[in-house]
Amino acid sequence: MIESQVNIRSIGEMEEEIVSEFTVFDEWLDKYEYLIELGKELESIDESDKTDDNLIRGCQSRVWLVCRSSDGRLWFGADSDAVITKGIISLLLKVYNGQKYDDIIASDFSFIERIGLKENLSPTRANGLLSMIKQIKAYALAYKEKEAQQ
Amino acid sequence: MLFRPKTKVCLVLLQVMDIIEQIREEFPALHQQVWGKPLIYLDNAATAQRHRKVLELQELMSSRINANIHRALHKLSADATDLYEAGREAVRNFIGAESREEIIFTSGATSALNLIAFSLVRSHLTAGDKVLVCEAEHHSNIVPWQLACEVSGVSLEVLSVEESGEISLERLRELLEKDDRIRILSVNHISNVLGIINPIAEIVRIAHSRGVLVVIDGAQGVVHDKVSVKDLDCDFYVFSGHKIYAPSGIGALYGRRSLLENMPPYMGGGDMVDRVSFGRTTYAPLPLKFEAGTPNFVAAACLKPALEFATAIREDIQVQEHEKSIVSTMVQGLQQIEGLRICGLPQELSLKVPIFSLDIKGVHPADAAQMLDKMGIAVRSGFMCAEPLVSRYSESGLLRVSFAPYNTLSECEIFINKLKLVTDMLK
Repeated sequence: MIESQVNIRSIGEMEEEIVSEFTVFDEWLDKYEYLIELGKELESIDESDKTDDNLIRGCQSRVWLVCRSSDGRLWFGADSDAVITKGIISLLLKVYNGQKYDDIIASDFSFIERIGLKENLSPTRANGLLSMIKQIKAYALAYKEKEAQQ
Repeated sequence: MLFRPKTKVCLVLLQVMDIIEQIREEFPALHQQVWGKPLIYLDNAATAQRHRKVLELQELMSSRINANIHRALHKLSADATDLYEAGREAVRNFIGAESREEIIFTSGATSALNLIAFSLVRSHLTAGDKVLVCEAEHHSNIVPWQLACEVSGVSLEVLSVEESGEISLERLRELLEKDDRIRILSVNHISNVLGIINPIAEIVRIAHSRGVLVVIDGAQGVVHDKVSVKDLDCDFYVFSGHKIYAPSGIGALYGRRSLLENMPPYMGGGDMVDRVSFGRTTYAPLPLKFEAGTPNFVAAACLKPALEFATAIREDIQVQEHEKSIVSTMVQGLQQIEGLRICGLPQELSLKVPIFSLDIKGVHPADAAQMLDKMGIAVRSGFMCAEPLVSRYSESGLLRVSFAPYNTLSECEIFINKLKLVTDMLK
């Protein structure tokens, strides 16, 4: 899990950066080529973390998500056996790693749509992206509640 | 002189292409673009496109002949009933059954198998008996039996397939000889994953010689092979409409009359009764005994034009030749892709129908399917509702490509080229 980048930029800033990166692609094929590249570059999580508990259900490709908190911020690690899914995961990690609970809860994840990957978000596509987004928010909510009780 | 044979071959090829083009004209859904590319529809084993005559009848009945069947005395009801029964006659004729009483309409092959599992286990089996299914079954030919077994003390046995995907008749014989509690064998005619024609006539003979009843899941079988339930002598045969150019929501069950007579109804209500009182209810004669509630009469009627088309093309030698060249082009083309394995390749290629499930080393089937979709090519990925079988080949599922007679050789070649491209990118 990547951790403790000194300057964490806001969700909005990260989203804008990704959106502008994607504007260079005219062709869907180039976009997918880039996602595949990101997917291949993304560091795998530990095999010991690929447990059923961390597995996100309802996906045709398997997606594992792990999370831990530090100083009111969340850090995620994720992996998939499908490389395009892994590429999208890499984008999500870029945006959401190191963010505060409330910022994650408030985020609408609309940048996925803005970079033309909306079809990947449809609940019927069974590619796990939507389930992963829900799980990221669920972690933020759960940590927020847990710390409020302490 | 030297050129003559070649000219002849070209001429035959042109004639075949001409026929396929004519067939394509009958399917409006094929003439569209997806993601800005011409649609290449290769998911026919899941659902085939609907024939123009099917669409026309659907429209006519929905707009003008919409009335409940078998009940009222008015003209519209009589017309709807006639069309519904004409659908039944078309099914009877298509699978070579003796009488209309042996043809039950269901919502699809799945509900037909559920009906058989529940009613047959109740009427013919006792606790301790066993049902045998093949490893290569669709979930629809596994789960209904599991559910029926749970409530009746009956257990489920599995006949595994060879590495090639073929059923070993020797193993079947041994299993049945070893275990005389096996009373029912439920097996696919052609697996939706493997695309191999199983020797069902021989399977029926072996099972019957041990007194075992045989249920055949023909969802893929009716599409790619000729069926005569009389010649096969099977006890049950089921199929779905939507895989054979008809609408979804309709399927048919053939059952041997003597068995159907003794089976209890699966569902109650509607037109399936003779007399109803709170003391005692008697049931309608076959086939209505098994058709509770208002059926999908539009879709049932549409089976007639769909099956007439299916009959015409399966008897057409040129279409048969076309199907064979799709199979050989695919086998040859796919074998050039490194790390690709065709799951279900029989020793005898004539037993292979154009359904190909592929395992590609280093390529997740969902990734490949997603990219092919962007290229206008519709294929299936995952476990194809046959998880026990598919898990044997791959833990992340397979990529399935399935052809219909309206798919051209050129579509087949485009697919192979695009798959190469996608595979290179993903690896």
